[in-house]
Amino acid sequence: MPTHTTLAATGNSVVAEAMRQCKPNVMAAYPITPQTTIVEEFAGFVAKGKTDCEYVTVESEHSAMSACIGASAAGARVMTATSSQGLALMWEELHIASGMRLPIIMANANRALSAPINIHCDHSDIMGARDTGWVTLFAETAQEAYDNTIMATRIAEHPDVMLPVMSCLDGFITTHSIDRVSVMDDESVAGFVGEYEPRNALLDTGTPVTHGAFAGLGGPYFEFKKQQREAIENARAVVSAVGAEYSALSGRPFGAIETWGMDDAEVALVVIGSTAGNARAVARHLRADGMKVGVVKVRVWRPFPYAELAAALKGMKAVAVLDRAESFGAEGGPLYLEVRSALYDLEMRVPVVGYIYGLGGSDVKLELMERVFSDLADIAAGTAAPAGLVYLGAREEA
Amino acid sequence: MKWDISDMDSWTYKQFPPGAVIPESGNSDDYVTGGWRSERPWRDDEKCTQCLLCWIVCPDTSINVAGEKVTTFDLDHCKGCGICAQVCPVDAIEMVPEGCDLPGVK
Repeated sequence: MPTHTTLAATGNSVVAEAMRQCKPNVMAAYPITPQTTIVEEFAGFVAKGKTDCEYVTVESEHSAMSACIGASAAGARVMTATSSQGLALMWEELHIASGMRLPIIMANANRALSAPINIHCDHSDIMGARDTGWVTLFAETAQEAYDNTIMATRIAEHPDVMLPVMSCLDGFITTHSIDRVSVMDDESVAGFVGEYEPRNALLDTGTPVTHGAFAGLGGPYFEFKKQQREAIENARAVVSAVGAEYSALSGRPFGAIETWGMDDAEVALVVIGSTAGNARAVARHLRADGMKVGVVKVRVWRPFPYAELAAALKGMKAVAVLDRAESFGAEGGPLYLEVRSALYDLEMRVPVVGYIYGLGGSDVKLELMERVFSDLADIAAGTAAPAGLVYLGAREEA
Repeated sequence: MKWDISDMDSWTYKQFPPGAVIPESGNSDDYVTGGWRSERPWRDDEKCTQCLLCWIVCPDTSINVAGEKVTTFDLDHCKGCGICAQVCPVDAIEMVPEGCDLPGVK
């Protein structure tokens, strides 16, 4: 059994530690706030000889992901990290990494996108990359960011998946706050992730292959996309199996969603990332006052856990979905749209109301969570109809 | 290994190598690209000094050489770029329209 050590550490620090423990062969990275300390700490490991990883310093995120793609096609276990504008600059390579079926592992420190310029937390960056074909995990805490990084390695490299995985943590809130984190010993992590056995490695000169070929002019591009769809659907079972195995090792549960108070809840709030903690803190107080409230946290964003959410939210009198990202012109934020879709096939309609909150690091105060639960109670009691999209806490005309 | 793709047009999505990898080296030889050409090179054997400059500069490998002498063009792969005609120091190579019926075209 593994040795567990409890640290006081930031999310970024333990992500760097998890990456070192997973033994990547190559890291190509470019610094960007609030991710910088991940690649900075990792560079420290390289400088101190604590890893034999080849560290490639590049001139941009576009180059970082390009170098990662080349190294992964060559047969290396490859990791990197980015955030916000950096992820946006990687956008075309994100599609190439998934299309070439390269199991690159990347941490993303969720941060708002310009304009106006902002360096604080929201999920606009990753939601803009949601259709790039990456398996995407979200952490609430530094502990989950550590755990997800290790699980991401196994998920990405699973023969039924072979897709890149993004492990997201909330910028500053999770990346920079010092949190209590339990880390495992190096041998246990190395044993859990195992040796990477690349498929079609370019450096396997005995069996030469071509990567990145053309499939147009009536070629099988469409069929390759169908393969990707199958691979990310396969990831559902792999995420679950790897989660169960990691739970046995770490003693911490891991599911595609995490529910709190849902056994007898009448209303529920659905959320991604660090805000789940705020929501539970308020829900706990409201429960003490006799309100039957629950919280559902989504940990796996792609492949999205539709069945799990439908099972958890079935029979709710009202559901609130909190989005830390906009989808301008849509009915609500990206999570709202997915949750509504997850509930569509239920026999009995569940009223769902969408909230946009916390954009650009706008403060997520407990009063805001109270307001959401109060709205839910009104809808459940029939004293209010679900409002249209709410900008939670934005200063508005009275 | 030899990768048999003769019935690729009837393959299902499961039959393609994941990630669009081509699991065989050198199979571009089997991919006939000469049809892209609108002009083909024509070489005057009398003028040609066999300097092999065309063989060096051809961006494909479409100058066929035997015994250190240019013999023919590989018209299955020549795309008609005309670089060979441009660099020929004695103007022994000329680009002629595809499909024309000039006397003496080799």
